[in-house]
Amino acid sequence: MRKTVQHLKVIANLRLNDDHHILVLQSADKLEQIHPGQFANLLVENSSTVFLRRPFSIYSVDYAQNTISIYIKIIGEGTRALSKAVVGSEIDTMFPLGNKFTLPTEKEKVLLVGGGSGVASLKSLAQSLHEKSNEVAILIGARSSKDLVELDEFSKYGTVYTTTEDGTQGVKGYVTNHPVLELELSTFQRVYSCGPEPMMKAVAKKAKEKSIFCELSLENTMACGFGVCLCCITTTIDGHKCVCTEGPVFNINILKWEI
Amino acid sequence: MGDLTVSIHNLKLKNPVLTASGTFGYGLEYDDFMDVSLLGGIVVKGTTIHPRQGNDYPRMAETASGMLNSVGLQNKGAKYFATDIYPNLLKYDTNILVNVSGSTIEEYIACAEIINELDHIPGIELNISCPNVKEGGMAFGTSCASIEAVVSAVRKVYHKTMVVKLSPNVTDIGELARSAEASGADSLSLINTLMAMAIDAERRKPILSTITGGLSGPAVKPIALRQVWEVAKSVKVPIIGMGGIMNATDAIEFFLAGASAIQVGTANYLDPMITLKIIDGIDDYLNRHKFSSINDIIGGLQV
Ligand SMILES: Cc1cc2nc3c(=O)[nH]c(=O)nc-3n(C[C@H](O)[C@H](O)[C@H](O)COP(=O)(O)OP(=O)(O)OC[C@H]3O[C@@H](n4cnc5c(N)ncnc54)[C@H](O)[C@@H]3O)c2cc1C
Ligand SMILES: Cc1cc2nc3c(=O)[nH]c(=O)nc-3n(C[C@H](O)[C@H](O)[C@H](O)COP(=O)(O)O)c2cc1C
Ligand code: FES
Repeated sequence: MRKTVQHLKVIANLRLNDDHHILVLQSADKLEQIHPGQFANLLVENSSTVFLRRPFSIYSVDYAQNTISIYIKIIGEGTRALSKAVVGSEIDTMFPLGNKFTLPTEKEKVLLVGGGSGVASLKSLAQSLHEKSNEVAILIGARSSKDLVELDEFSKYGTVYTTTEDGTQGVKGYVTNHPVLELELSTFQRVYSCGPEPMMKAVAKKAKEKSIFCELSLENTMACGFGVCLCCITTTIDGHKCVCTEGPVFNINILKWEI
Repeated sequence: MGDLTVSIHNLKLKNPVLTASGTFGYGLEYDDFMDVSLLGGIVVKGTTIHPRQGNDYPRMAETASGMLNSVGLQNKGAKYFATDIYPNLLKYDTNILVNVSGSTIEEYIACAEIINELDHIPGIELNISCPNVKEGGMAFGTSCASIEAVVSAVRKVYHKTMVVKLSPNVTDIGELARSAEASGADSLSLINTLMAMAIDAERRKPILSTITGGLSGPAVKPIALRQVWEVAKSVKVPIIGMGGIMNATDAIEFFLAGASAIQVGTANYLDPMITLKIIDGIDDYLNRHKFSSINDIIGGLQV
């Protein structure tokens, strides 16, 4: 679907816990194909401090209802204001933006590794992979058990593993301490990851060592979201690339990351 | 419908609304959102003779009512523009200006010479005010002597409309404006971004990789208005005003201060169709106040 700016109607605001919300936003128009990995850029109205739009992955799409949902982890003023969106109000939304994850052409065993708000970009990917009969494992890392939300949703599409830094759920430590990454990685043909940069770097390093296909979805700060300000760049073997238009999804072989 | 047409030297603009360099890409990025040909003009991305990678990430910091950037003129060079981008712009029925920059006078000249050959580019905007490059850029725009040197040198090789874009990071902008005019500028545009910085207190570090950057957005509008007003009193050539224009009322304020046309920058990021709304809003203002032409309000501030 081509990029648009629309006033989407808030038809649900699901509070998962203190810090996590899901907004369901409805378009008056028929939605066309939106790909896993693509994102939306939301205008934050009614805030005296937030100036720029805020980018969020498109968490899921319902083509029958013409809705997209947005998973919000509250970290500052913009996410807080959006988490208070009232059902029936409208949010000025620019979407769909960015490229997409590359899906395997034949059935594969794939691992998705998410942390923080990064898990948001992995749900529609897990769904697509599952629908195409791939064998999907999803590893989610969080600080504590209260940060692990929506696990039931993910378990519809594959086996879910978790780690928490404080050991309140799953394996204690970081995602890289989990056996599925530490011991079983070579049984996978593909790895996808989105989350804090140190986490993605660790995942990329392991995938690179074992020469496994690996794509990351970056969350660089953005001013425009559609390729005109050149503020969101990442360094690649082909020079600076825009995360908002040439990403957010990049293969680790392209990124010039010190890993 | 009032008469929105204005002239900037040899350029006939169907309306006084242009887009600011670095905020509108090459226009092509806006095709999904709007009909770019409805604009009075577009100023494309800062272009240099040699390709430039620009500065490291992070290049942006959001601030109160604005943002800082330190992109640093990332572009693929004038030759790439001429061969790979220019042909795609021929479809637009509007004035396309190229924002020309350089580290040395020779680089400005070489870049302007290439752009001079492009039939459908009726003018350049000489950027002597970029705060985000180590060499050249703003350094050219902050003294009368260097303004004279670069503007008169480019004037010798560039034969179409030459707009000179002034830096706000100066003490006496009127004097610098007169230098640019005397050196051959056909029009002056202002303001470029204001040198500024943002600090992350938690990490005790600057937010931008370059430490300082350029401030844009509504935060700069009062400064921009003051400087447009001063320049308007100092020169005869037409002025293109910008800095924090978010809506039609902001634009009207710039016309009253003495601008013959305006550019919209940062506002495009928030609403890619904002320029069209501003054009409609200007027309609405003229009708409400019973002016038949935009020219009736240019410099019309009552003091
Ligand atoms: C392509 C993309 C997809 C995203 N998807 C989601 C998603 O699905 N769900 C979700 O909850 N979040 C997502 N994010 C992150 C989200 O955009 C930010 O959390 C949000 O913009 C923060 O806004 P705020 O006003 O609440 O925080 P701010 O007040 O702007 O920031 C709070 C603190 O976090 C830091 N910060 C803010 N944004 C970033 C960033 N992008 N990178 C590093 N540090 C940052 C700031 O420097 C500040 O210290 C995504 C980001 C991108 C670029
Ligand atoms: C991200 C960004 C990039 C810019 N790049 C350029 C540039 O290449 N050349 C230039 O002359 N001005 C550049 N500018 C300055 C704008 O053209 C304009 O002068 C300034 O932003 C003030 O207007 P505004 O407040 O409406 O944005 C840039 C501004 C921004 C925000
Ligand atoms: S955010 Fe503006 S170019 Fe990517």
